[in-house]
Amino acid sequence: MSAVTLTDIVKRFGNFTAVHRMSLEIPQGSFVTLLGPSGCGKTTTLRMIAGLLDPTEGDIAIGGNRMNNLPIHRRNLGIVFQNYALFPHKTVADNVAFGLKYRNVPKDEARRRVAEALELVQLPNLGSRYPKELSGGQQQRVALARAIVIEPDVLLLDEPLSALDANLREDMRVELKNIQQRIGVTTVFVTHDQTEALAMSDLIIVMSDGRVEQLGAPEEVYNTPATEFVARFLGASNIIEGTCTGIEGGELSLDVPDFPKLRVPRARAPHVTGAGPVKLVIRAEKLTVAPRAAAATDGFALDATVETVDYQGQSARYFLRAGRHQLQAINMIDDHLFAAGEEVSVRFRVKDCAALPHEGQ
Amino acid sequence: MSIEARERRQPWILLSPALTAVVLLLIVPLLFIVVYSFWLRSATGADTAGFYLDNWKKVLSDRFYRDILFSTLRIAAITTAACALLGYPAAYFIARSRGNKLILLVLLMLPFWISYIIRTMSWINILGTSGALNSLLLMLGVISEPIQMLYNETTVILGLVHFLLPFMVLNIYVSLEGIDTNLEDAANSLGATRWQSFLQVTLPLSLPGLAAGGLLCFVLGAGTYITPVILGGPRDAMFANLVFEAIIRQLNWPLGSALSLLLLAVLGALVLIYNRYLGMSQLAKGLG
Repeated sequence: MSAVTLTDIVKRFGNFTAVHRMSLEIPQGSFVTLLGPSGCGKTTTLRMIAGLLDPTEGDIAIGGNRMNNLPIHRRNLGIVFQNYALFPHKTVADNVAFGLKYRNVPKDEARRRVAEALELVQLPNLGSRYPKELSGGQQQRVALARAIVIEPDVLLLDEPLSALDANLREDMRVELKNIQQRIGVTTVFVTHDQTEALAMSDLIIVMSDGRVEQLGAPEEVYNTPATEFVARFLGASNIIEGTCTGIEGGELSLDVPDFPKLRVPRARAPHVTGAGPVKLVIRAEKLTVAPRAAAATDGFALDATVETVDYQGQSARYFLRAGRHQLQAINMIDDHLFAAGEEVSVRFRVKDCAALPHEGQ
Repeated sequence: MSIEARERRQPWILLSPALTAVVLLLIVPLLFIVVYSFWLRSATGADTAGFYLDNWKKVLSDRFYRDILFSTLRIAAITTAACALLGYPAAYFIARSRGNKLILLVLLMLPFWISYIIRTMSWINILGTSGALNSLLLMLGVISEPIQMLYNETTVILGLVHFLLPFMVLNIYVSLEGIDTNLEDAANSLGATRWQSFLQVTLPLSLPGLAAGGLLCFVLGAGTYITPVILGGPRDAMFANLVFEAIIRQLNWPLGSALSLLLLAVLGALVLIYNRYLGMSQLAKGLG
């Protein structure tokens, strides 16, 4: 059974449509991410599930019950806000106990559950502090403890990691996922950070301009983007216009100017239906820059010139000119860092090529 | 001169015009008042310089002055409470409204563009025997002859509330503006109704603004002298009216000085208590 079901949800603010007709089923116990740039409607969708916004049209059901007219305080949801929204005038323990007060939990049990929740987020012994005495990461954990102590039907996370600095964010990412798996709560996570989405989710919903661009498991969304938007938004991709000349034997024949003839596996182009203009997608990390002189091993090679080098320590991002194309390659630096102006060879394997139908088809 | 030395001097250079004004126009006259309060007014009407405690004895022991002081404080307290009850919902409405806050705040400040005296006197046109309310009631046949509604303590309080309400609203508004609206959403999501989350979260967090507004209303209300003159009856004199009476009517500067210092001391003590528990920074926020 799905924990959360959205049926034909539409949200308009005046003339502006924030969410176009959207339907979605979130499986019980799963970690689902709404991913997209700011203004794509992901937070609006989350706030509609939470009951902080009313959908203009459509139905929202949680655990099979229609929620539309149920006020937020009766929905039994745990929400973690981007800025944590801890009550500054209450201690950590009182913050965490807040939701239990309205659930008629006896005092002793409430105290025990607060202690357990603080234990779970690795903040035992901080119950008597005030939020402002805690670091950002600690406040984040308190907010999480406050949301899960009430044993919510659904946990809603609104960009909870974006206010933390980079290292802490990565640690919290792992920890948040662990906690979610331990208590098995259905979780809807909103983020604009593709790394977070890929690392944490069972299911990613990529949104743009209030529409769902693609819905799928992280590998699926990453490896076989359904649209150019998804290909560009998740990781750095090279997107090159070409023509599909036909489909036979489970492979697409692609004709791309300045490229050798390619035969792309059908599985890498599930959305291409037949001959016609297509877009070839190759991830930047799947292009390998090699010295021109070295002999090609397997796969394809193109002659190219390094235009710009973006040095990142363990890896480098190369901007390359190959005929009429500008390509991006992200490579680990083994021993040689290529320099701007260097004549190189760019290699790729056909199994790393994906094809998209041309937009507007 | 070193950069550090320049930076140390700069605040004093910038402050000096204001400090000069405060010293010349506030501190020095206040010291004069203190000195005056120990002089003595002789039967001939001339002031005798010296150190006499007669004025202070009279001011502190005469029941007449004490009663008027208490009634002044009572009027100020009722006014403050009325401002808080009327002002809080208004401030909440402005703080939570979307988009048109500026217009609402300008509307709130609009009365300040009209003289305080004119605003106070406008009540005579509304409540007077030939005023709007009496005319309306006569026209509707509810009453057969005009009712005397003016010139009592209630109208004094009405005038004070009219004058002081914007100060209260502004102070509460500022503190409500500083409260993250996610806090109420968070409280709601945890199971509190809107009323419960208001009582548990918003109200306690806005108390500093309420207290700052309360202090301003109380101090300004207790020190008022125009309102009782315009809207009060003969028995509704407030403490500042006594000072006016002593100094302007009786030309008794020593007595008036002692009276005004007594009021200053009472209100000053109140400010000190406020500062002890809440700090002056909240007041500065509300005024800025």
